[in-house]
Amino acid sequence: MGDVSIIRKVVVPNRQGLHARPANMFVKVALQYQSQVEITRDGLKVSGKSILDVMTLAAEQGTELTIIVTGPDAETAADALVDVVKRFIEEDDEENET
Amino acid sequence: MKFADFISVKAIKPDLESKDKEAVIRELAASLVASGDIMEDSAESIIKAILKREELGSTGIGRGIAVPHTKHPSVEKLVGTVGVSSEGVDFNSLDGESVHLFFLLVSPPDRPGDHLRALENISRQLRDDMFCKFLKQSKSVEDIKTLLDEADNNQFGS
Repeated sequence: MGDVSIIRKVVVPNRQGLHARPANMFVKVALQYQSQVEITRDGLKVSGKSILDVMTLAAEQGTELTIIVTGPDAETAADALVDVVKRFIEEDDEENET
Repeated sequence: MKFADFISVKAIKPDLESKDKEAVIRELAASLVASGDIMEDSAESIIKAILKREELGSTGIGRGIAVPHTKHPSVEKLVGTVGVSSEGVDFNSLDGESVHLFFLLVSPPDRPGDHLRALENISRQLRDDMFCKFLKQSKSVEDIKTLLDEADNNQFGS
């Protein structure tokens, strides 16, 4: 039985982009699954399970990212990861907004 | 973005004295005041903002590395410094390990892209085990500056 690969495209929704807290939030969810998680941006491919890797994406608001999930729980993992990207907005600092 | 674009060499601390989280943040911020990169009358407000950010989740991102940071209207450009603790400091890191390498950043509120590019540079270089190892072993400002310059010239990481 081969592992399933799921590919999902997402756009970074929040004004402050993929900064440290969203990166941590993403990695925490990714680590809950057995599947391998990778993120690509303009040809750069990194592990979605390493916060150092995710921060190297330097993804600003509006950046399109491709999430590639491979493994036995790929489908549920991909759904959860797309959902977590939508929630990045909760991690922006409101008190410092200008 | 390169280290040379945002790390204030004069504020580098090769031998941090502080033993706890708040003290380390204060020591690094004081170093940025001494180097003239942040204003003395803004320092307390910057320190408070960094500590508040830490309450939302530690910037101790694992592997002995922490990136305490905040946005603050008193700075016109992104400024940062590096500190090394040979003993290590408990920073409530995500992996529970004590922290030896600190990159403290203060960025203007309206420049989220610069902050992301500084994080990109720091995390890309720190993925390299040799870079981390050499940085931890650094004993002087000169050692650290040389390492940062080598990193800027793509001698580490990918």
